[in-house]
Parts: sequence; C-alpha cells; structure tokens
Amino acid sequence: MVKAIVPARPTPFWLRWVSNRPEPVEGSPTLAPSMWQRSFPVLVVLAAITLIWYAAAIWLNAPQVIERVFADKPDWTLLDLAPLTWNMERPVLPAPHQIAFDLWNSITGWPIDSPRNLLFHAYVTSTATLLGFVMGTLLGAALAVLIVHSRTLDRSLFPWIIASQTIPVLAVAPIIIVILGSMGMSGLVPKAIISMYLCFFPVAVALVKGLRSPGVLEMELMHTYAASPSHTFWMLRVPASLPYLFPSLRVGIAAGLVGAIVGELPTGAQAGLGARLLTGSYYGNTIQIWSALVMAALLGLLLTGCVAWAEKALTPGVKK
Amino acid sequence: MTVPVVPVTAAAPTAVQVQNVSVVYPSTENTVTALDRVSLDIAEGEFISLIGPSGCGKTTLLRVIADLEQASTGSVRVNGMSSTEARLKRAYGYVFQAPALFPWRTVLANVCLPLEINGQSKTQARAVAMEQLANVGLKGFEGKYPWQLSGGMQQRVSIARALGFEPQLLMMDEPFGALDEITRDRLNEQLLQLWRNESRAGHGDGTKPRRTVVFVTHSIPEAVFLSSRIVVMSPRPGRIVEVIDSTLPAARQLDIRDTPEFAALAHRVRLALADGHG
Amino acid sequence: MSLMWLIPSLAVLLVIAVFSVKRAASLNETSWLGRVGAPLVFGVWVLVFWEILTRAFDVPRVLLPAPSLIGAALWKGADVLRDDLIQTVLKSALFGLVMGCGLGFVSGVLIDRSPFLQRGLLPLAALASSVPLVGIAPIMVMWFGFDWQSKAAVVVLMTFFPMLVNTLAGLKEAGHMERDLMRSYGASYARTLFSLRLPVALPFVFNALKINSTLALIGAIVAEFFGSPTIGLGFRISTEAARMNMGLVWAAIFTAALAGSLLYGVLGWLERRVTFWHPSVRRG
Repeated sequence: MVKAIVPARPTPFWLRWVSNRPEPVEGSPTLAPSMWQRSFPVLVVLAAITLIWYAAAIWLNAPQVIERVFADKPDWTLLDLAPLTWNMERPVLPAPHQIAFDLWNSITGWPIDSPRNLLFHAYVTSTATLLGFVMGTLLGAALAVLIVHSRTLDRSLFPWIIASQTIPVLAVAPIIIVILGSMGMSGLVPKAIISMYLCFFPVAVALVKGLRSPGVLEMELMHTYAASPSHTFWMLRVPASLPYLFPSLRVGIAAGLVGAIVGELPTGAQAGLGARLLTGSYYGNTIQIWSALVMAALLGLLLTGCVAWAEKALTPGVKK
Repeated sequence: MTVPVVPVTAAAPTAVQVQNVSVVYPSTENTVTALDRVSLDIAEGEFISLIGPSGCGKTTLLRVIADLEQASTGSVRVNGMSSTEARLKRAYGYVFQAPALFPWRTVLANVCLPLEINGQSKTQARAVAMEQLANVGLKGFEGKYPWQLSGGMQQRVSIARALGFEPQLLMMDEPFGALDEITRDRLNEQLLQLWRNESRAGHGDGTKPRRTVVFVTHSIPEAVFLSSRIVVMSPRPGRIVEVIDSTLPAARQLDIRDTPEFAALAHRVRLALADGHG
Repeated sequence: MSLMWLIPSLAVLLVIAVFSVKRAASLNETSWLGRVGAPLVFGVWVLVFWEILTRAFDVPRVLLPAPSLIGAALWKGADVLRDDLIQTVLKSALFGLVMGCGLGFVSGVLIDRSPFLQRGLLPLAALASSVPLVGIAPIMVMWFGFDWQSKAAVVVLMTFFPMLVNTLAGLKEAGHMERDLMRSYGASYARTLFSLRLPVALPFVFNALKINSTLALIGAIVAEFFGSPTIGLGFRISTEAARMNMGLVWAAIFTAALAGSLLYGVLGWLERRVTFWHPSVRRG
C-alpha cells in the first residue's frame, strides 16, 4: 500500500537539495538519492564548520595579537588582525591550516621511527590497542560461550559483567600501570591489558545476547534434526550472533584506543599519542596538542573503519 | 472500464464529491498509477463501502478525501470545501487499520486527544470522552492503558476517539481487518447500531442527519452487511468497476447474512470484483 | 600458615563455594532474592578468597591489598574521598552530563526540522563515537583552567553526540499511522511534537542518558589524569597510585564504581517510571 505524501507545490530546482520534503515511505516507489545527493549535505556542514573555526580562531586569538602586535599601532582593521591570528606560534585556537601543516611536516619531515613523527606515535598506540583488542575479544567470546552454556555462570557471574558497564572501569588504568611497572613490565603490555579489559566487557555482553538470539522456532528446528549442541552452536548460534558482535567490536576497539592513550599518561611515557598530548600540554604547545588529537581521531576512524569493513566482508547481504 | 456514476437524488445533500481524481507516483522504473480518473458522489447519511483486492486504491481514495494524500489530478470537495479546509475544520473522524492509540495515555486520555487539540477544556473533553466510551460499550475501562485491552477493545476505543468531536463524516480504513472473525462480527453489529442510533440520540433537535460513513474493506460479507451502497474497485490502476445499491432493509441483525437476499447481493459484488480483475 | 594446611582447606572452601553458588543459581527467578542471590553469593566468595589468598601468600600491598585493608582505607579516607566525590561526580560529571545531554537534546529537536542538516550532521555525529574525545582534556584545561570546569567541558563534548544521535532517532520513531492521525486532526507541528513525537522519543533519550552517565564519569575521571587541582577521584587515583598507596587507590575506585552504579540505577528507575508504557519496560 503506497503511502507517500506528494508535496503540494513543486519545489523549485534550486531548492530541492535543501527543501523540507518529507522522507519517502518504505515500499513506496520513489527515487533513491544518488551518491552526490548523499554526500553534499555532509560537505556543506564540513565547510560550515571550517568557516566557523576560522572565525573562532580570530575571536579567541585576538586578545594576544592585539596586546603584542597592535599595542603601538592603534588603527588596525580586521584585515590586519585575521592573518596574524591564523599564524601564531602558540595560539589559543590554531587555525585548521596550521594543524594540517604541522601534521604534514611531522609525517613527512622526519624518519618514521623518530619521536618527532606522529606516525611513530600512532604506531605505538595502535599496536597496544590492537593487541588488547584481540585479547579482549577472544576472552570475551570465551566467557560468553561459557555463560551461554552454564546456568550457574549465567546467574552468578553475568550480572557482574553487566553491572561493570555502569562503572568507570578506565579508572583502574593507573593501578595496572603501577603494578605491572613494579613487576618490571612497561610499555606495550600494560597498555594492551588496559585495552583488553575495556574491549572485554562490551564483547562479552553483546555475544551473550547474540548467542541467545535464535528464537524458539529455530532452536526447535535444530532439535528435529537431532543436532548436537556443537552443531547448534556453530550452525545456528554463531551466525545469529554476528549482527550483535560487530557493533560491540566497534565500541570495543574505540574503547581500547582510549585505554591505550590513557595508559600512556600516568608514568610519563615517551612514546604514543597520549604521551604526545601530555608533553604538548606541559609545554603549552597548542598546535602539537591539536595535531596529536587529529592523529588520534584519524586512528580511531581507521580502526573502526577496519571493523566495519570486516563486518561487511563477513556478513554479506545481511539486512540491518 | 469505468461505469458512469449516477449522481444521488437532489433530496440528500452531497457530503463528498470526488471528481476525476487520479493519483500517480513517479518512480525510477515506471510511474505507478494508484487511482485512475475516479469520480464518486457520496450523499449525506450514506454508509458507503469501498471494496476491492489489495492495491486497488481504495485506501488511497479514502486518504485523498481525508487530505492525507494529494491527488495528482482532479478535485475533492467535502461539505463544499476543499479536502484541506475540511481537515483543518475537523470535519471528519478517521479510523485506521490499527488502533493507533498512544500507549502512554489511558483509554480516557486517548479519547480526549482530538478534543484537547480542538481546544476544549479538560473537564469538557473528559465528559464527552466518557460518553463516547459508554457508547462503544467500554464504560469502566477509562483508567486502563491500551496494552491492557484486547485488539477488539482497542479498536473500539479508536472508534470512540473518532466520534469524539461528533464529526459529520466518519472514514474507516479496514478497521476490523486485524481481528478474528467472531470479534469482527460483533463489532460490525455494534458499528451499525451506533450509526443507526445517532440521529435518534437526544440532542433536542431530532432532525440531525445521520452520520456519513465511508468504509474501506476487502471482506464481501462485511461490505454487504454494513452498507447502503457498495463501490467495487479494480486492481491497479484503481478504477470504479461498479456501484451497487443495497437492497437490504435498513434495520439489520447479524442473521440477515443467512438470507437469500444477502447471498444474491454478495454474489453481485463477487461478480463485479471478478469483472474488474479481467 | 603452612602450606600443608592451606591447600586442603582452600580446596574444601572451593567446594563449598561452588556448591553454594550453584544452589543460589538454581533459585526461582521470580523473587527478588532469587534474582540477586546468585551474584551476591558469588561476589561474597570472591571477596573471601581474595582476602584469604592475599594474606596467605603475603601478597605485597603495593600489588593487591586485601579487601579488609581497602575497607580500612575507605573508612580512614572517607573525608578526602567525599570531597573528591563532590569535585568529580557532582561538579564535573553531573554538571557536564546535564549540559551535554541538554544541548544534545535541544539540538536534536531543532535539527529534526531540517532533513538537510540531518543528512549532513548525522554521519559526523556517528563518527564522533570512534574518536577518543577524552583527548581534548588538555585543550579544555588551557581554556577553562585546572578546576572542575574544564573536566565538565570534556564531559559536555563526550555526552553531546550520543544524545544528539539518539534524540534524532527517537523523533523518527513515531509511526506513520500516528502521524497521519495527528494530521487528520489538523494538529500543528508543535502539538504533534509534544503530544506524539516526544513521548515516543523518550525511550531513546533514556537509552542515551544511561550511556552518557557512564561516559560522564569516565570523562570526568580521565580528564583529571591529564592534570587537576589537588582534589578529584581521578587525581586521587593517579597520584596515590604513583605513591604506591594502593589501599586508598582501590578505595577511590570503589567510590567511583559506587557513584557510577548509583547514577545508572537512578536513571533506570526514572526510565521505568516515565516510559512505563514501552514494551521493553513492561516485559520487566
């Protein structure tokens, strides 16, 4: 049954992209938006954000500029002010191009294993994240399988795992660093352990839900085939759990990244994006902080993008 | 093949006038014609059924009259006004296929909803709502929540809500389609009673005309049982195949469905439906 | 205690523990005790074994203190921890949570009016969850100083996007039939928003609120790792850990965990009261 609401007046062509035409109803014959129509709004919003950023940079950096440069030059205009606010050495808010240049110089201007190269720091942080992610996922999966098959564990342990999602588990990070440091382990392992337990909880909870998701109908079908528990597990439960697993993997890897960064804070580590953020803040080097932040953001996008790509590859044709 | 519609006699004023209405949806493959040049006159006080197979446009026609969809060509006049004006003047009540009750409101609050929107005071709205609930036989259920009622009861609340501000026109889109047959029969009977008792209800002025009902269904017995006139429609593109005047007496009980007169009428409708398919 | 006595007695205790947990797990789930019994018994045994093992094997305090020591530190440091709690939870986290969720909600309602803005902002807002937003803490310290305001600013940023995304999703949830119903009443946009779309959106808003409560606490504590005045739970944890004062560290973590679960519990209670009508709440 078609239910689309056709507009009363035809929208003029120049207004079509921004008009408030109501969303078409599922099942109604309508034109699907093209790739350009889908990405155009995002590009416009990004452009708007950039413009606002430049304006904000003028506004926030102006006091310093006025104090230093224009102290004895009373007749200055916005045209004089703007370029200066966008090219300061220690701005309150660096302009986007400053951050971009700093990133570019850092990546291309130094050898890849130099601590001046942000890619080196990104590598350090990402290895810890990935190691922790893999360990956490495996552990979470193992525990989920145990919980699904053991009523005792389900009633006694699982409530604690669910409850742990409401507490700030990240607060335990400094302890991990200190304990493992006193046992002689530093660098990669403590950070990976922090990432590990941050990934562990969402994966475990989501997998339990996913492994239990097959309905009564499907389970009874397997029963009529006299399928063994192992058959039921691999042929029904595991495929059914994948749609639950992947969103939690995305959450897990993002949390793992935060964990690895936080793990670099307490003991003043020398390498890694967290360390870079910290040193930047100690020395008041705003541009360095922002570059490290952008690099961390890009890393986060890359990691979750990989998980999303894996999801598409491993669950083709699954409708969300 | 459109059979020209004989306009109703001038004695009963026209409640709804549909003239040459088409509804066409553009799409990437080819255009979809939901309604194709449909014309229909509905007189005041009629109980008219629109019947046809799925996708024949009967719901689309109802929605166009209710100003929930726009006609691509043609015009609709409700009580002499355009459909949009009629909607804004709250000239009709609409009952959907599902009860569409708000689960966070009690039954009473649900029936009060259109009255509140209309600007009536809370006490006034509550009084009217209680009355309407009693009319559909749900007295005592005012404080319950929708999910605590059965499907049939929820649909009755939906009808009470539609009748709340006493519209002259009642539009119903397969309201009993989701219910089991036994409940459906009972509700058919209740609806008919409600409709027939309206003009006799004491408003001081006994000349108040009976409510006009436009009823969409795909059940032949239901259409024949309830209506004074049956409009048979063809599958997409939707056209009116035939308009059949009911020969049954005005006062009907459920057992009229076992009479030969009923069977003959149902047969006529069935033939018209098969005709439209061909 | 000699190893000769230790191992058998531990084994006996283990058997008793497993048996009691199994028994608790088979209790009927209808009563309150039946639901809470198993995790409670499990938790108690974990504490018991923790205490016994750390004392028996003389685990150094800097590594893992016994629960009794943590309890003592909690008692001794109650005043300090109370001030930390006020700073981190009440000032930074709660204030940031309210502001971030409020801004996110209002933005969601406003942006809902423009499908263009939705198509532009939603992809970016969704990406924000992949980005370690906590890293903005040093910048916020530069802008707002060392005190709780900078931590609250971090929390605002972290909680804004989930609330925005969920508000927009919730506002879309109202069914077509219900929207047609309001249209048939000639209801205005504002009327439809308040009578239909906002109530339907509430379950989503609460979902975001619960997620955000955890994010707020994490954000407030971790932001303090980057630099803080001399109070705050995050500050307490990182500095006392550096001083190897593990009892107080665990006590602080326990306080944070308690605050987190209390906050979540309050929100859950509020959710059950406000969205009593939603199937997920009705099913219990």
